[in-house]
Amino acid sequence: MTDQTAFVDIRHAQKSYGALEVLKDISLTVEQGQIVAIIGPSGSGKSTLLRAINDLDALTGGEIWLDGVQVNKSLPHRQYEKHINEMRQQIGMVFQHFNLFPHLTVRENVTMAPTLLKGLSKDAAEQLAREQLDHVGMLDRIDYYPSQLSGGQKQRVAIARALAMKPKLMLFDEATSALDPELVDEVNQVMKKLAEDQMTMIIVTHEMDFAAAVCDRVLFMDQGVVVEEGPPEVVFRNPTQQRTKEFLRKHLAGAK
Amino acid sequence: MGLDFSIVPKYMDIILLGCAWTLGITVAAALLSFVGGIVFAVIALYAPWIIRQPFRLVEWVFMGTPLLLQLFLIYFGLVQIGIDLPAFVAGIIGLGLHFAVYNSELIQTAILAVDKGQMEAARTLGLSRGQALRKVVIPQAVRDVIPPIGNNMIALLKDSALVSVIGVSELTLSAQRIIGKTYRPFEFYVLAAAFYYVINLGMEWVQRRIERRISLSR
Repeated sequence: MTDQTAFVDIRHAQKSYGALEVLKDISLTVEQGQIVAIIGPSGSGKSTLLRAINDLDALTGGEIWLDGVQVNKSLPHRQYEKHINEMRQQIGMVFQHFNLFPHLTVRENVTMAPTLLKGLSKDAAEQLAREQLDHVGMLDRIDYYPSQLSGGQKQRVAIARALAMKPKLMLFDEATSALDPELVDEVNQVMKKLAEDQMTMIIVTHEMDFAAAVCDRVLFMDQGVVVEEGPPEVVFRNPTQQRTKEFLRKHLAGAK
Repeated sequence: MGLDFSIVPKYMDIILLGCAWTLGITVAAALLSFVGGIVFAVIALYAPWIIRQPFRLVEWVFMGTPLLLQLFLIYFGLVQIGIDLPAFVAGIIGLGLHFAVYNSELIQTAILAVDKGQMEAARTLGLSRGQALRKVVIPQAVRDVIPPIGNNMIALLKDSALVSVIGVSELTLSAQRIIGKTYRPFEFYVLAAAFYYVINLGMEWVQRRIERRISLSR
């Protein structure tokens, strides 16, 4: 590559729906192994930014780079499809509502993509499924269907499914927001484990405690811009911006 | 003259053979209508305009004209352009495509009803749109649509009697032929009806089994 880029390098990301600007010139870099939390009120554009990284929501301007390759390259349609499918294999994503495949067992949820896209043999796929499910503590549910699992269990399987593609980067889009409070912790534990494994992660979250405990950096977004960014202890304890202060006051008061 | 069912056993072999034809044609046409329904649904939803538009015409022909006419057209009409199909093949194609169009409507609705997050999750893993449809969206849509498709298949069974008009000796035509010899319409039409009912029960049983099998995976 001609450019020297950070591991994840978002340059001047811009997104608008007609006249409505959702992302206004956002730049962000994440180094390998770093964990970045994005916080902010709903409608701030944080999920849109996250979904732009793997092009689920296409930017209207700006560039996304991962490990020296531009994700949202300008290419003819067919070539772009091929390119983006390859890029997405390297970017795991975990959704608020899990989005497990309900017609497949836990095992099949994990092995489907690697088998289809990497041509894994049956034995290799089985081994991969066991390994990944063991990692998230779900090996004993390998033959279950998603409908037989609790929310926390579903989310852990969803994480295993994403990890099975051996991604370079993991995106979490409010991974614990849809969970009953008592199920949040088991998912947080798995994410902590990933942090210990040096996985690069970008996390959109409402959980300030978790962000403070695990993340290297926190971004506070509001109305399509990054209002404040820094290490969690600075952003949470000594925010400099008025909007950050207000958000944290409301949010911490509301959460506890 | 009164009713006399004692004559029935003598013609049972013909009736059973008719049953076998009805069952065979129904099963083959049902499979065609199922696979065809999926293919039609994908064309209707995702094919480029140039394919979709002529396809809509075909769809309209199968939905908007009588099945009887379609059977005549396939069996008698196609001969003129050099396609000479055996009657039972023409029957299977006619019934199969006719019901494929109805199944396609159901499957289209079901595909659109599959949660958008499913396609997103599949694409996020790196699957192409085609792979995501094939592996994730369509299997779920088809599951959701098994009960109404089952109803269509019962209708297909009943409409299979229409292939008697192009000379396939299925259950209805077999009964008619026996009646032509015996002049006993009541006995043999009732008998044929009873056999339709039995096949009907069998199809419902199969449908229930399929539904039970997929009930977990929702």
